[in-house]
Amino acid sequence: MDKWINLTAIWQILVVGLLAGAGLPALVAIGLRALATPGDVTVAPGPARVTVAALCFAIVLAAIGYGIYLIVKGGH
Amino acid sequence: MRNDLIIVVVVITALAFDFTNGFHDTGNAMATSIATHALGPRTAVALSGILNLVGAFLSLSVAATIASGLVETNLVTPTVVFAGLAGAIIWNLATWYLGIPSSSSHALIGGVIGSMIAAAGAHAVQWQNLVAKVIIPAALSPVIAGLIAATGTYLVYRISKNTGSQGFRFAQVGSASMVSLAHGTNDAQKTMGIITLALIANGSLPAGANAPFWVILSAALAISLGTYIGGWRVIRTLGKGLVEIEAPQGMAAESSSAAVILLSAHFGYSLSTTHVATGSILGSGLARRGAEVRWRVAGRMASAWLITLPAAGLVGAGSYALANGVGGTAGVLVTLALLLAVAGFIYLRSRGSTVNSANVNTEWTGTVAPGATPPAAVTV
Repeated sequence: MDKWINLTAIWQILVVGLLAGAGLPALVAIGLRALATPGDVTVAPGPARVTVAALCFAIVLAAIGYGIYLIVKGGH
Repeated sequence: MRNDLIIVVVVITALAFDFTNGFHDTGNAMATSIATHALGPRTAVALSGILNLVGAFLSLSVAATIASGLVETNLVTPTVVFAGLAGAIIWNLATWYLGIPSSSSHALIGGVIGSMIAAAGAHAVQWQNLVAKVIIPAALSPVIAGLIAATGTYLVYRISKNTGSQGFRFAQVGSASMVSLAHGTNDAQKTMGIITLALIANGSLPAGANAPFWVILSAALAISLGTYIGGWRVIRTLGKGLVEIEAPQGMAAESSSAAVILLSAHFGYSLSTTHVATGSILGSGLARRGAEVRWRVAGRMASAWLITLPAAGLVGAGSYALANGVGGTAGVLVTLALLLAVAGFIYLRSRGSTVNSANVNTEWTGTVAPGATPPAAVTV
């Protein structure tokens, strides 16, 4: 079976893929939601909301940086 | 053994394939951003072209040529490579004409395997590796990508509740850029590998040599130029034909594509970016409430994927039979003339129903080319 299909790799691609491919978009959504003040659009978001958003975007940017690092390293 | 005229023809044909690979796959990264107006069509293809160029230089681990492990490389001749490329180019052009996002990698693998079988028999192909490294990953990758994209889309819509669409467009462009970068790295290297293989087979390079710099540069330029030209027919099918796409959904789809392509490359699978991107877009459409998935279009794509390997293989085998039948340099030149004639014919046919940056986002009415519906269907 192992000769035909690498279950370990598929399992890891699925799990890490879900974290990066679905988790990062979810973080972007959380960040954007935090910045969007409900109801009144003229009110700027408070410091707590800005902190949450900044944290979300920072994680996303770090993940992108790691992705580029993986490309440069060239697989394997 | 050395034949410099043939090797020049092989290199030019390989770069031509690389060019078709570029424009065939522009949509994988940019179709969703174009469909949601996150980027203008011209800006999108220019950005993708530049990122493909950068991507091609980012990683130079060209050790993994596409053919090593799939065919007995010591049986490869420049004519085999040429015939395989001819098969791949014709399949790419035919599917582009029909607006079907089919895999350029499969076309290349199929073409080379077909011409290899015609040249040396079925024993020259490493069938088990073909199944384990190409066919099984090809069947699994769209499903995995679709699952991840569906999860991402579901989460994003649950969280965002229609806030911050402009922010999502920005994020969508970011995720699409990652796909472009990964594409340049993966696919440009396939052409670099195939040119190097032909140079080694011709004796121009020693066995086991790395790609020379001029090969890296020319392959990088060819794929980014192809990307910049933009395969508008395929972009339209992916962006408008398969599902209707909104910005948050497009962001989820491209994030899934980028993650799956990069992770698989990390594990040594050279996936088709096309299969991954299509699976992601489909998955994102399934997870967004109110997004209509056009299963007829998806079915057409799936059937094209199934026949890509054998179809490109048949053309590759036929090209080798012709080149070998006529024999020598003349045989390659005759086949080249035929290839040019077929390519020219497909291009002229496409002029009858143009898809370009101006009409790529026109409402989908069941055809690749807008306005190509029969006049009876038009109500005035």
